[in-house]
Amino acid sequence: MAQTLKSRPVYRNIHITDLRHYRLPPAGIVSILHRVSGATMFLLMPFIIWMFDTSLSSEISYSQFTAVFVGGAGFVPGWFFKLVALALIWAYLHHFIAGVRHLWMDATHAVTKEFGHSSALFTLIASVLLTLVLGTKLFLS
Amino acid sequence: MADNFGSKRIVVGAHYGMRDWLSQRVTATLMALFTIAVIVQVLLPGEMGYDKWAGMFSRQWMKVLTFVVIVSLLVHVWVGMRDIWMDYVKPVAVRLVLQVFTLVWLVGCAGWAVQVLWRL
Repeated sequence: MAQTLKSRPVYRNIHITDLRHYRLPPAGIVSILHRVSGATMFLLMPFIIWMFDTSLSSEISYSQFTAVFVGGAGFVPGWFFKLVALALIWAYLHHFIAGVRHLWMDATHAVTKEFGHSSALFTLIASVLLTLVLGTKLFLS
Repeated sequence: MADNFGSKRIVVGAHYGMRDWLSQRVTATLMALFTIAVIVQVLLPGEMGYDKWAGMFSRQWMKVLTFVVIVSLLVHVWVGMRDIWMDYVKPVAVRLVLQVFTLVWLVGCAGWAVQVLWRL
């Protein structure tokens, strides 16, 4: 008995260098992206509040707000601000849809494997499609 | 209660973590409602510009809702970031530093956001 236990292979694939070998199901990708998007918004929070501040405080600050996305600020070009805004748009959309998925599962006890799979795919596709739509509006108008 | 601290602190059992779990969901629902309120108002007829944008936030109910959302964000992000640090950062000293940074960052951001709201 002790012999069979000893000869069992042990897999310790939890080192950080093992990350690239992981093959996650869609629900797993949604889960880790929920964290990535949340942490991204946490780190960019001063930028979000700066947008809230300048866009609302006065007409002058509003024009400064829009000017940053066209002409840039300091040595940072305008397209870079648009790119950061686009990253925030994706993060918000993903976090929102994945969050509603969470709430829905909590409220209805929707715990089938099929629903977990299909709703995860929906979350990934819908967030990217909506990001593309808003990104087109952001960069082309 | 006298011996419920330090190494004798009870960290398992019913309701442990329930408050964080519930507050994260309640705050998420409030922020989702705020998001819908903003999207609906943006899509209402009228060209987007400073007047329309500032007009949205000039209504009293919107100011109250925005304030509630700022406080909700503070609670929601604290629970979420704390979860991330607890899962990935094991050394206690590093985790403490990151948690203190998170708190200062969040309280600072929330204070700034409230200050913006206060001026409107």
